[in-house]
Amino acid sequence: MIHFDNVTKRYPGGHEGLSNVSLHIDPGEMVFLTGHSGAGKSTLLKLIGLLERSTRGQVRVGGRNLTRLRRRQIPYHRREVGMIFQDHRLLYDRTVFDNVAMPLVVAGLGHAEVGRRVRAALDKVGLLNKEKVYPITLSGGEQQRVGIARAVVSRPPVVLADEPTGNLDPELSREIMQLFERFNQVGVTLLIATHDLELISRLGRRTLTLEQGRLLRDSTA
Amino acid sequence: MSGDRRRTPAARRPSRLRIWLLRHLQVALASLGRLARSPLSSLMTILVLGIALSLPAGLHLLLKNVQQLAGHWDGAATISLYLAPETGRGEAGRLAERIRRLVGVEQVTLIDREQALEEFRRLGGFAGALEALEGNPLPHVLVVRPDPAHSDPDSADALLQRLQGMKPVELGQLDLQWVRRFQAITEIARRGLLVLAALLGMAVLLVVVNTIRLEIQNRRAEIEITKLIGGTDAFIRRPFLYLGLWYGLFGGLSAWLLVSLSLWLLSGPVARLAGLYDSRFVLAGMDPATVAGLLGGAILLGLGGAWLAVARHLRDIEPA
Ligand SMILES: Nc1ncnc2c1ncn2[C@@H]1O[C@H](COP(=O)(O)OP(=O)(O)OP(=O)(O)O)[C@@H](O)[C@H]1O
Ligand SMILES: [Mg+2]
Repeated sequence: MIHFDNVTKRYPGGHEGLSNVSLHIDPGEMVFLTGHSGAGKSTLLKLIGLLERSTRGQVRVGGRNLTRLRRRQIPYHRREVGMIFQDHRLLYDRTVFDNVAMPLVVAGLGHAEVGRRVRAALDKVGLLNKEKVYPITLSGGEQQRVGIARAVVSRPPVVLADEPTGNLDPELSREIMQLFERFNQVGVTLLIATHDLELISRLGRRTLTLEQGRLLRDSTA
Repeated sequence: MSGDRRRTPAARRPSRLRIWLLRHLQVALASLGRLARSPLSSLMTILVLGIALSLPAGLHLLLKNVQQLAGHWDGAATISLYLAPETGRGEAGRLAERIRRLVGVEQVTLIDREQALEEFRRLGGFAGALEALEGNPLPHVLVVRPDPAHSDPDSADALLQRLQGMKPVELGQLDLQWVRRFQAITEIARRGLLVLAALLGMAVLLVVVNTIRLEIQNRRAEIEITKLIGGTDAFIRRPFLYLGLWYGLFGGLSAWLLVSLSLWLLSGPVARLAGLYDSRFVLAGMDPATVAGLLGGAILLGLGGAWLAVARHLRDIEPA
């Protein structure tokens, strides 16, 4: 599903966020990505979501060669990759419903279809009763779940999460991981960057460890 | 999921166009709603556009009225033919008949010399002088009016040359002086108006560009997130283009309103003045073609300005 072939990402200024990384993730895998701060976790995820382009090497996602993808093709690629961020990236002047509906509206779905799918997604993250409120009135954990609902509402085959449990207490973190496991059970490929080693070891999933932009370890714990 | 994919497009296809139209309508209304949400600043922008647009529109109208007023004096383009003194009444009549059949001639009037003398007598003042003369010093005169297609200075002049060659015409006169002057002045006014319209059109464009640019900056987060979840450039552009369209339309409408208001204020005094001159002249208002031109131009400027702003600034905003 996700292939990296000797991928290097050099940022303007010369610093290498990622150095010569090769990896391979099969469809339906749930993989953790870990490493110290500055190791290149976010960089790796950004290359998959095309928020950044690789400097060298080839990135392929679902058979699509991102290295050669044209600018105007990027939106269609991003519709296949749900992205979740530590800072949620919600729009605070729109209701929870409207936030979650965005990927469907962008894809041009009809009104009824949008309503149905948004409610299904909100139901999955346990926020069905909050569809009419504004995100600012929600707790951090709830906001994160709105972000997750938005990432999965259009049922993308790949979901990326960059420190999704960063500022959540252990209880909430566990809930969110359970949510991810449920998505994984229905075939979604997940790649989750996190510092939370305790959480990773408990779940016993494949883990990629980065250090200073290099792939240090690829292990099934 | 793949099963789901196969099912939905087929079920959705018949209403694709409807969904698309509905989305456009929604975006258009949402943009309108944005204008309404900050009524004061929207109104100010619209008024600035309206004032800028009303100037060329108003001047266009002024020029049209002046030209219409000049049209009342079409007689200026007439040619007077003075026939030789010994010409008889019958010969003059036959010449008039011949001229009447020429191309470019609308009307020929024979002013009989006896008749003319009577007229002079009646006008008074000349009576003494006329009595002193023996006989009638006046010749027969033919007044030729070219048809509208031939009353421009050049054609009228050509016609004059031709008529002067006909016997027994002794002298032909075409008073074009003021027609030429008037034409020169209206030409200058017309060009001035074009220059002014171009400058003010540019001002309208820049105001819209700047307004939309600010709007883009205010909605930076929204644009970034829309790009993040796979919004195409066209999708992101759309609300801003509609915003430009609304600004243009409302700017045009307010210009129409301003010009109409000015016309209404002027119509009373103009009617009074025309009355003093025994004229039935009425101010020409905004005819449908002018209104359509004004609104169409305003909308194009609004859309164009929005397009420029969007082309310039939307690419710079990328999610990180
Ligand atoms: N836009 C950028 N311009 C320049 N350097 C960057 C940029 N983004 C990241 N870097 C650098 O690339 C390296 C990897 O950054 P990255 O954000 O991928 O790390 P990370 O593993 O996600 O760290 P953290 O755990 O703190 O989020 C860092 O040294 C960082 O300074
Ligand atoms: Mg990071």
